Amino acid sequence: MIEEKGIIYLNNVNKSYSTGVPALNGINLTIGRGEFVFIVGDSGSGKSTLIKLLLRELTATSGSVYVMGCDLAKLKHRQIPKFRRNLGVVFQDFRLLNDRNVYENVAFAQRIVQTPANEIRRNVPAILATVGLAGKYKAKTKQLSGGEQQRVALARALVNNPSILLADEPTGNLDPKNSWEIMKLLEEINEAGTTVIVVTHNREIVNAMQKRVVTMKKGVIVSDEEKGGYIDED
Amino acid sequence: MKINTLFYTIKQGFVNIFRNKWYSLVSVATISACLFLFGLFFAILANFENILKTAEEGVSVTVFFHSEADDCASHEEGQIPSDQRIAEIGQLIASRVEVSEVKFLSDDEVWATFGPDYFGEGYAEGFPENPLEGEDNYEIFLSDVSMQNALVTWLQSIPEVRKINYSEMTASTLSGVNLLIAYVSMGIIVILLAVSIFLISNTVAVGISVRKEEINIMKYIGATDFFVRAPFVVEGMLIGLIGAAIPLWIIYTIYNYVLNYIVERFAILSGFLNFLSVEEIFDFLTPVSLIVGVGIGFLGSIATVRKHLRV
Repeated sequence: MIEEKGIIYLNNVNKSYSTGVPALNGINLTIGRGEFVFIVGDSGSGKSTLIKLLLRELTATSGSVYVMGCDLAKLKHRQIPKFRRNLGVVFQDFRLLNDRNVYENVAFAQRIVQTPANEIRRNVPAILATVGLAGKYKAKTKQLSGGEQQRVALARALVNNPSILLADEPTGNLDPKNSWEIMKLLEEINEAGTTVIVVTHNREIVNAMQKRVVTMKKGVIVSDEEKGGYIDED
Repeated sequence: MKINTLFYTIKQGFVNIFRNKWYSLVSVATISACLFLFGLFFAILANFENILKTAEEGVSVTVFFHSEADDCASHEEGQIPSDQRIAEIGQLIASRVEVSEVKFLSDDEVWATFGPDYFGEGYAEGFPENPLEGEDNYEIFLSDVSMQNALVTWLQSIPEVRKINYSEMTASTLSGVNLLIAYVSMGIIVILLAVSIFLISNTVAVGISVRKEEINIMKYIGATDFFVRAPFVVEGMLIGLIGAAIPLWIIYTIYNYVLNYIVERFAILSGFLNFLSVEEIFDFLTPVSLIVGVGIGFLGSIATVRKHLRV
């Protein structure tokens, strides 16, 4: 059983784009269920390509990518939506629907997976309370601060109870105070059992949180440390 | 599909229309224009067809038989039919597909009809005997004028038949006009439908580009192709439905008005021009327009969604 190797398992993964430049080069990575992992590295190090492979937005040129025991290379197009329901995703730019209010943004994720209406009415307020936005469910997203918008994005990512949360630069647009609040939330989510993978440039947070840190450089994993820190280039 | 997903999809179809209101408006206006022209053409053509059909119904073929009164040289022995044989021929004529009605006129009936026309009420006085003796005939009315030649050829093959009266020009002109109208109207309608499909397709494509961000989010959350695509298809079908309903209402109003106007102001016309009632026109036009409207909405949107929305 492949999942015994980890909820995420990459075996000698290579990815090249049409330009021929390798974005990932011989990546071997295993992430266990319930882990909290930082993926760090400079621009062009392959972090985003790695996230796209995990989301099955891209496929590996060679090697194997397994997520929750599922070989992503063998996944048929029509199976992708169901696979993605196991993943929650948060982006640096929040990617909220600005023409809808907070409640609708979160309920939207439940409607997509065809959750019954009465469950949506129960789940959405509960998850908004978890991220500290219980009182703002009627607010339009544009009326919220950056930190609040990222909380809405987090609520949307979590409302369908994903096994894995992928956060791509979740604090990239936030001030230090809000950044810490979001990281605290991510830690709580991890403690509740969700595997959390955070791609970040935020040295201070990585060093302070003492979590597993995978460092990438030019498409290669150069360091993988438990309770690691941010490794400077050079 | 769950019921709340169905409602959500339909609601999003409406939301798409309003979010994209100017393009939706242009699409609705264009489809309305196309289906208005379609309805207008149909109403005019259906009336024209009806008037032609009435004219066609008046086109008849008259067939005469050999008789004792004829010159001996005009027929061979055994070609004079008995009354029973004439009745048999009448049944054979009536059984043909192109024939809608057969009327037998005995020579006495013919004289009783034409005598007063030519000689006035005292027509019988100068003629102790029927001058049209042996002019027994069948007057044949056709269900399809274009088949007149086939009927005449068949009638000519009956040995007892002496003479056939028919107008070749009337039949060929009427069937020619019918065919021309059918081709022209089909051509116009096909062009209009193609334009409508193109416009709906463009509207949906704009809708997709406007909602690219939302579609991306849906993809990441795990929306199926159907869930992402269905609101756009609903949008196209709604545009088609609205685009069909508007011209139906306009044509209904105009047709009713024009029909009443003609009947009131030109009563003499309605004596020989047989116009179709508004119900007769709309019994056909309503379902066809709605199906065509929704159909082009469906086709235009599904084609665009398949092309631009690989999710």
